[in-house]
Amino acid sequence: MNIILSLVIGGLYGAGLFMMLRRSITKLLFGLILWGHGSNLLIFVACGLVRGAPPLIPEGQTTLEPPYADPVAQALILTAIVISFAVVAFTAVLLYRIYRTIGTDDIDQLRASDS
Amino acid sequence: MAWILLSLLAGAAIAPLLHRGMRSHTGSILALLPLGAIGWSSRYWEAIAAGEPYRETWRWAPALGVNAAFNLDGLALAFLLLICGIGALVLIYASEYLRKDPRLGLFYAYLLLFMTSMVGVVLADNVFMLFVFWELTSISSFLLIGWNRETAESRDAARTALIVTAGGGMMLMAGLVLLALISGTTDFSQMSGDLVRGNSLYVPTLVLILGGAFTKSAQFPFHFWLPGAMAAPTPVSAYLHSATMVKAGVYLLARLHPTLGFTDTWFVVVTLFGGLTMLLGAVIAVTQSDLKRILAYSTVSVLGTLTMLIGVGTEEAISAAMLYLVAHSLYKGALFLIAGIVDHETGTRDITQLGGLAKHMPLTAAAAVLAAASMAGVPPLLGFLAKELFYEAAWHAPGVGMVVLGAAFLASVLLGVVALMVACRPFFSGPPRAPHLPHEAPWRMVLGPATLAAASLYCGLNPAGINSSIEAMARAAFGESVPMHLALWHGFTPILGLSVLTLIAGVVLYFTLRPELRFSAHRGRLEQVNFQALYDRAFWGTLDFAEVLTKIVQNGYLRSYILIVVITLLVLLTGPIIQGQDLFLQEVAEIHPAAVILAGVIVVAATAVTLLDSRLGVAALLGVIGIAVMLLYVIFGALDLAVTQIMVETLTVIVLVLVLYHLPRFGFLSTKWVYLRDAGVSIIFGGMIALLVMEAFSLHSDPELQQFYAANSYVKALGRNVVNVILVDFRATDTMGEVTVLTVAAIGVYALLRFPAGQKREGAAMVSLVLRAALPVLMLLLLVVSLYALLRGHHQSGGGFIGGLLAAAAFSLHALSYDVPSTRRLMQVSPHVLMGAGLTTVVSAGVLGILLGGSFLEGRWMEVYLPGLGDVHLGTPLLFDVGVYAVVMGMVLTIVLSAAEE
Repeated sequence: MNIILSLVIGGLYGAGLFMMLRRSITKLLFGLILWGHGSNLLIFVACGLVRGAPPLIPEGQTTLEPPYADPVAQALILTAIVISFAVVAFTAVLLYRIYRTIGTDDIDQLRASDS
Repeated sequence: MAWILLSLLAGAAIAPLLHRGMRSHTGSILALLPLGAIGWSSRYWEAIAAGEPYRETWRWAPALGVNAAFNLDGLALAFLLLICGIGALVLIYASEYLRKDPRLGLFYAYLLLFMTSMVGVVLADNVFMLFVFWELTSISSFLLIGWNRETAESRDAARTALIVTAGGGMMLMAGLVLLALISGTTDFSQMSGDLVRGNSLYVPTLVLILGGAFTKSAQFPFHFWLPGAMAAPTPVSAYLHSATMVKAGVYLLARLHPTLGFTDTWFVVVTLFGGLTMLLGAVIAVTQSDLKRILAYSTVSVLGTLTMLIGVGTEEAISAAMLYLVAHSLYKGALFLIAGIVDHETGTRDITQLGGLAKHMPLTAAAAVLAAASMAGVPPLLGFLAKELFYEAAWHAPGVGMVVLGAAFLASVLLGVVALMVACRPFFSGPPRAPHLPHEAPWRMVLGPATLAAASLYCGLNPAGINSSIEAMARAAFGESVPMHLALWHGFTPILGLSVLTLIAGVVLYFTLRPELRFSAHRGRLEQVNFQALYDRAFWGTLDFAEVLTKIVQNGYLRSYILIVVITLLVLLTGPIIQGQDLFLQEVAEIHPAAVILAGVIVVAATAVTLLDSRLGVAALLGVIGIAVMLLYVIFGALDLAVTQIMVETLTVIVLVLVLYHLPRFGFLSTKWVYLRDAGVSIIFGGMIALLVMEAFSLHSDPELQQFYAANSYVKALGRNVVNVILVDFRATDTMGEVTVLTVAAIGVYALLRFPAGQKREGAAMVSLVLRAALPVLMLLLLVVSLYALLRGHHQSGGGFIGGLLAAAAFSLHALSYDVPSTRRLMQVSPHVLMGAGLTTVVSAGVLGILLGGSFLEGRWMEVYLPGLGDVHLGTPLLFDVGVYAVVMGMVLTIVLSAAEE
């Protein structure tokens, strides 16, 4: 499974890069979202895949017994997902603001840093 | 000794504030600090004169064998007295000189900062401390030279001085590191000269250290920065660029002479550069007519003399250098301050426009005469004693005595001419003449030059009194004790004859040549005998190169940056990945049919994203990818991630739709070739990342971390949901940083949409009657579930992040089906306030940890009986999670509501 998921991550990164290399700024944003998914999955897969065993300590026990999914990776990804939402929203609004101000979504038309 | 430094530094910190209250008295009050340091040091005078330095060591980095070591020996003490004594006078002087300057408070601060650094340089026994303080003197000198920041001349001079001295500082650092390595100790007082001189790295070490010393002490060919530094206010010129800082290089040479000296290389290089500087400085000095530039070049000359004497390195030469150093600091400090008085009172420093001022300012004139007499070497002033020793040492210089003596004679004659130029010309020679005729300066300005001139006279008349101090200085610089017998009268010796001859030649030359009038034409050419042109070329060349490089590297095309980064990464990764190839094609986790289908869905959707030309289509495809990723999380035991993912996915689609609505349709702006190139790079990049992940999988990561959390989550932090416990307890500081980032991003969105204020839409964009009908039930459900997720999050799936997202979703739905103003009314509280309250709660939970006897953000628990629930554990991590909940909810709603309002 790890080989298949590695290919999925590669696919997300590749497609994201292709979108980022376009001149249309909206596509840049979509590229960023794809990389966000890719990065989260990367951490998730790299920390090991364990099926159906959430890291919850059952009632009556005081420690977590294997097998369990890696809680560290999940803690990292959980905040990463929420932060990527904030970043995507910020980028989207920034792009919108650029478009409103400059009147184009072609990055090559953005020649001046202030206007 | 650390206390001296700290108190001076504290003085620098409070000076601007003190100046507000004390006005014209500030300088005098601050002068108490350096005077206090002198008073403190008086306890050790006798012991030091007897040859016992006072040492102090503070633990710094004992593991590295580095301690904050201070060493107060004869050399350091003499410098300490000069720095603090002249410093006190200059502080008082400046309070009058810069009385009208609104930034005077800051000026005091800079001066005290410099004083701290300079005292640090001379007290430091540790090479690293010396270096740090050395660089601080360069920085404070930069600040002071550039004091008149409005004029380009000041700014250029400050920059030149900084670049030259800091460039030398780099060499010094390398040299000191080498020195510490080959001598095996970082303390100057522990270094063994034989060990260092015998090492094969001796010559590079010497050259690097000399580079530092020569730039600092303005030796040929680096001397050009010093006359430029005269752009600083006169008190600074007197203090830094004559009496103290420029002597740091000389100090370093003296300090390291026992370790690095006594070799042919040292003798040739140091003597030669010192001698050249001495002659060149003296010659240029007599061609000048600006008082400060005359004095600046004569300072260059004397710095050369001192360097040359240390280069010669005999007992006599070292003694002469030490005495000359003290004599020069006294008379040159005085003369600079007098130049400042003349400038201040008459409005010019050009000696061709001045004459006969003695009638109007008798005190200043008297001080000028004494100081200049010391400079010329007139008995019974200190300068006379110094010159006698100087001649004596030059005469006996091994092998080249006559050459050195000839150069010394020539330089001294010229200094005699300079003395007449600065004392005779403006104060006597004819009737009073000046752009506007002066009054005697106020006492605060006269005090400095008068004290320094009187000190020159007192020390000259009382040679026995300073004998032991100079002896102690020479002992430190020579490495063993140097007997000395200072006296005004040694009988009729050839040296006395030479001294008399020097004076006569000086007077004759001055009156026959009137150099300030005659040689002004040669000034320009002589002043160019240095590295200024080279420096300028290097400076502007660097700027031009930077401009060209910037144009290439920062071409303004985002995608070329991305391409460069990605291609560099690919190149760097290729090697390691190929090397590890036998490891990675191993299935570690078993195949799961549903996961395989989801993987296929993600790859197909991601490919489709790159090909589709509809914005909404792409947004929908991204939603598909998000849901597939969420299902993968479900399969592999990450319930919290799945819930978070689905909520974020929904909200992202909402924001995208709200914003995309306003953006233009996709353009297809690239050529076919560019598409092919980008597709190629992307496919290779994706493949490389895939290989990298497989590689990462083959490495068996240390399971210790997981095991720690698995074992301690409940035992130590009373939580069954390990993910949540990590977030709110073990790694709570990280989470605090993350929610802060969220807040910042939300504020960014709000600001971008708010300013400049666009037209706010009033009506709702999407009115769905079905949604409106279902809304109350849906919202209630979401809110209840969100609170439930928050409360049970510590033990089961859920938590502040998930709860906050759920609550935000409820209100976002409301905003979409009605309009933003009514949502704001319904919420009662603005999303910003929610974020702020959340952050406050998060921080309070941390502080509560301290108040309850732990550390910041350490979880603290108590058991409370709640009716209906029985005994419940309440703790600061739960409070923390409530804060996270509020921040996340506020963040999402700030973004969604702002976007919906556009």
